Amino acid sequence: MIRKLDDKGISKANYKVIGTRPIRHDGLDKVTGQAKYSADINLPGMLYGKVLRSPHAHARIRNIDAGKALALKGVSAVITSADFSIQSDKVIDLGEGAMVNTGFLSQNVMAKEKVLYKGHAVAAVAAESMHLAEEALALIDVDYDVLSPVFDVREAMKPGAPLLHERLYHSSTPFIRPGGLKDDSDNSPGSNIASHFVFELGNPKNAFAEADIIVEREFQTKPVHQGYIEPHAATAIWNRDGKATLWCSSQGQFTMRDQSAVLLGIATSNIRVIPLEIGGGFGGKTLVYLEPIALLLAKKAGRPVKVTMSRKEVFEGTGPTSGSFMRVKLGANNDGKLVAAEGVLAYEAGAFPGSPVNPGVQCMFASYDLKDVRVEGYDVVVNKQKVAAYRAPGSPGSCFAVETVIDELAEKLNIDPLELREKNGAKEGTRRVSGPVFGKIGYLETIKIAKSHPHYIEPIKRNAGSKVRGRGIASGFWFNGSGPACAIANVHSDGTVSLIEGSPDIGGSRAMAAMCVAEVLGLAAEDVHPSVGDTDSIGYTSNTGGSSVAFKTGWASYEAAQDIKRQLIERAARIWDVDPGQVEMDNGTLNEKSGTRRQFTFKNLAAVLLSTGGPIVGKAAVDPAGVGGAFALHIADVEVDPETGKVDVIRYTAFQDVGTAVHPSYVEGQIQGGVAQGIGWALNEEYVFSEDGTMLNSSFLDYRMPTSLDLPMIEAVIVEVPNPGHPFGVRGVGEVPIVPPMAAIANAVYDAIGVRIRRLPINPPTVLEAIWAKDGSGRG
Amino acid sequence: MQGDLILKNFQYSAPLTLDQALQYMDSFGSKAKALAGGTDILVQLRGNRFDMEMLVDVKSIPELNELSYTDSAGLSVGAAVPCVRIYEDSLIQQNYPCLVDAAYLIGGIQIQGRATIGGNLCNASPSGDTIPALIALGAEAIVCSKRGYRSIPAEDFCVGPGQNGLENGELLVSIKFPPPKLYSGAHFLRFIPRNEMDIAVANVGVALTLDSNKQTIESARIALGAVGPTPLLATTASDFLVGKEISDDNLYGAAEIAKQIASPITDMRGTINQRMHLVGVLTKRALQKAIERAKGV
Amino acid sequence: MNEKIHVKTKINDDYVEFLCEARQSLLEVLRDVLDMTGTKEGCNDGNCGACTVILDGRIVDSCLVLAVEVSGKEIITIEGVANVDKLHPIQQAFLEQAALQCGICTPGFIVASKALLDRESNVDEGRIRHWLAGNLCRCTGYDKIVRAVMAAQENTKI
Repeated sequence: MIRKLDDKGISKANYKVIGTRPIRHDGLDKVTGQAKYSADINLPGMLYGKVLRSPHAHARIRNIDAGKALALKGVSAVITSADFSIQSDKVIDLGEGAMVNTGFLSQNVMAKEKVLYKGHAVAAVAAESMHLAEEALALIDVDYDVLSPVFDVREAMKPGAPLLHERLYHSSTPFIRPGGLKDDSDNSPGSNIASHFVFELGNPKNAFAEADIIVEREFQTKPVHQGYIEPHAATAIWNRDGKATLWCSSQGQFTMRDQSAVLLGIATSNIRVIPLEIGGGFGGKTLVYLEPIALLLAKKAGRPVKVTMSRKEVFEGTGPTSGSFMRVKLGANNDGKLVAAEGVLAYEAGAFPGSPVNPGVQCMFASYDLKDVRVEGYDVVVNKQKVAAYRAPGSPGSCFAVETVIDELAEKLNIDPLELREKNGAKEGTRRVSGPVFGKIGYLETIKIAKSHPHYIEPIKRNAGSKVRGRGIASGFWFNGSGPACAIANVHSDGTVSLIEGSPDIGGSRAMAAMCVAEVLGLAAEDVHPSVGDTDSIGYTSNTGGSSVAFKTGWASYEAAQDIKRQLIERAARIWDVDPGQVEMDNGTLNEKSGTRRQFTFKNLAAVLLSTGGPIVGKAAVDPAGVGGAFALHIADVEVDPETGKVDVIRYTAFQDVGTAVHPSYVEGQIQGGVAQGIGWALNEEYVFSEDGTMLNSSFLDYRMPTSLDLPMIEAVIVEVPNPGHPFGVRGVGEVPIVPPMAAIANAVYDAIGVRIRRLPINPPTVLEAIWAKDGSGRG
Repeated sequence: MQGDLILKNFQYSAPLTLDQALQYMDSFGSKAKALAGGTDILVQLRGNRFDMEMLVDVKSIPELNELSYTDSAGLSVGAAVPCVRIYEDSLIQQNYPCLVDAAYLIGGIQIQGRATIGGNLCNASPSGDTIPALIALGAEAIVCSKRGYRSIPAEDFCVGPGQNGLENGELLVSIKFPPPKLYSGAHFLRFIPRNEMDIAVANVGVALTLDSNKQTIESARIALGAVGPTPLLATTASDFLVGKEISDDNLYGAAEIAKQIASPITDMRGTINQRMHLVGVLTKRALQKAIERAKGV
Repeated sequence: MNEKIHVKTKINDDYVEFLCEARQSLLEVLRDVLDMTGTKEGCNDGNCGACTVILDGRIVDSCLVLAVEVSGKEIITIEGVANVDKLHPIQQAFLEQAALQCGICTPGFIVASKALLDRESNVDEGRIRHWLAGNLCRCTGYDKIVRAVMAAQENTKI
């Protein structure tokens, strides 16, 4: 469902292709099993690689003896951290504004002096078969000096806690997110707090003193995994000229290349990364894990090597998102005006610094027009997997906390939760706590649409047999991003265009890019054939992430098409022997503006290019500004069985301002997918650790993601308030959908059974405990 | 994680006769395992759970694939009969709906086409989804070895978590169920955090028989799962119901007594308090449904 | 102990032979020995359905079937769902309904859905969701997948 709004100042363009729903170009390969994903490459002479992982959460590595493994028939190579290049403090831009400390990155890929979590990679082997590689791993002897671990974020912050990095640099700004080690001259006491910072607007202290009502609450969340169905895999082969080819799926082939090159100590041009189809990423495939390992094994073995992860390794050896402890305080007046806000977030970074606590503090109050706000963030290392980005990193957790408090305030003030949000909603001109001021945004429009929707208007039927039902509402915000992106478009003599762009396609983006080209040139979407280029064949394109692809790659594709248009106009002018100013192109046709009014269709002109001056290729390299933030508002209905604590989501509507929906089906898909992940996060997903730091539930059996039987249909209501900063008005869509669901469900559960739950997941035992605590029975 | 996930290679045989299978079971002793659906054992093999040399695929053995029912002898389910064959069988649907309840709940459709109740029983998981149903229905495991046949009541089959009472060289051949009595009904249910695909947090199987007026309970068997080292027959709770009128109080009373033999643990699937509470809730609900079936509702 | 076993079977209507160790799953053999990479590995322990194939008419997780077990049996994989000249209605419906995003789970869903529509008609949303509960998708939230199955059912009626 799409609701277009009138838009002052931006002409409501009459698009021919944008907004339609063509079949995606890569769809045929995917529904027939022909599409190649990261583990689908088989090369002649290929060896299989497996990684040895730490059985301890915290230990010093005394010695690694791989002699017996190497002696096993069929084993070709073994590597350890000694095979990696020595790292300095250099940082690499990951493209989402995040940066990387290459020393830490290298140590996470393969532990150097210490292992810092159970599952931390320690060594790797290449052998004739996968089974043989596993047998070889068992023959590697690692001598560990086991150390005391620390797992809880608040415990890790206390003085005297075991230190993961003796000389961890403690920053008081959020801008050195990847962290680092202290200078030798720095003798400050050691800590697990990598950074601690504050943003403040106005004078919250005074503002709270003036408030009629204040609510202050604490919240806790657990690490959750992105849960992509495709495990990581990487295949590498070296040429005799010292150049390597790497096949992998990732969210950024350039990131895989650059990070691998740095870790190996070679020039980036020596590695060509060919992006395969990617089976889900959600932020988790933006760092290298297996890629440098595959390269090093292949180099040592002199043969191609494919390294894979099992599902258990994915859970235990890659990056979930942070567990957290949070405190939120909101002050309001009796008339419903929010007057003051304060938030404190302590996020677990895992083994190395870099939790998303900064975006967490920046997003948490962003939906509201507040003048007096203070947010404080702590990035804390603990002996768990180093966290990686997960869809709107940092925002889902902090918005869970804030939106729950908003709901509580609304109840205490006796104001409808939507009214409260409308009264205080962020709009053009609102300043965020971190400084930036909003341009044209669509939060209030989204609320208005929600108010007239049946899901809001129709009352909920309270009782269903022995179960009770409730309804909850929550908002969410995500900045969205941009970055460099390139596109090349070739005109073929049959009147079609092939488009090469640089964004791995997670959700249908190559179709979006083709549609942008088709729109400019007046073609059908089917006549533009998109593909994703490798690191040699397309210019640098930053990661598929940050909800940036429709924005930056859509823009690059648009510009490449404009380049073709200019050249077609020149060519027609040359053929007609007129000045190019006499030619215009509209709707796929080139027209002579006056005189004999000659015409070329795109197809006719394309057919004669080779004989009239040569082929036409359009290109673009962009790094566009003008990103527009995304707001979402969700309504969730739940059914709770008070005897068992089971919560079922029975109805869900997600409203979101997407700017312009280039391909509405895939925009809906992003919304529905984010909602589904949020529901899993809300109800059942969490990393369960034993006392020694072992992840107990590292399988899809006990890491419980929603199945088709656990979800209702998810209605995605697309609201379009075009972003003036983009040629088609695009706003990123992919991430904000995961932000509201946890609070929407928590608020719905409160509506159903009258208990507020402030920890995630809201699983059956948690609901039962909350019910018993409320009615005082407190027993089983 | 080092060394704990090697899958060593093994020998595989698919004997066509019971004798041949027993021969393998006997000569390899503790290093032989039977393969039916494979949905438990392959996962365990990959987790390096056993030291196994010979995998005996029993799916081609006629006796283990038989499914037969007569009103006088009751039901016999071969150990290798997959769940899907059980719940698609109209005679079983009619006469043993409790067994259908359980078979239909094991895993998703892909699992149900392969998994067997024989395998589920031999796997002897404390939370095995068919075992409380087998116990409630008074099932007997028919076991064979070179030494001959013996039968083991379902409630005695599991001797510890993941440990069954089979001796080396023995093979489960079939599971026998007595014929349903007049005015009897049974039900199996479980609690899981999602709606499919989970291991039971707690499960309960109940079978009872009513008098001809359908007001009084003449006999009852209540079985609990996932709340002890093995599935349990709640004898005292079952006996409590004998001679009692059907009433909420009596059902609730039985459910409370059933809790007394439960000794749940807290793990990644549930907590002690939750499981204990669920014993009460599920027992009551199972009793209600079993009574409905007994009344012919 | 690592001698290979010779297996003869039928895959997508073709007679196929291969050598494998007893410990190799059908999934492994399909992907690594027969180079049929359409069937995917998501978890290798029967919890995600990405490896779904049809074995003697029933859907199974091929990661939980040993390759040696399929001797003399009939298997249908994703590569065998479409006709030479035409997509199966379920494949067409997935494309039209935009029921895939990253596509890694799609082969498993298509094989599972085909098996459902082959056996049953007039399936409703509840039956579809129950049948597909053994197939995990992380991208779509299942909404468009369920709609695609319903649409395919409509198309097969015509």
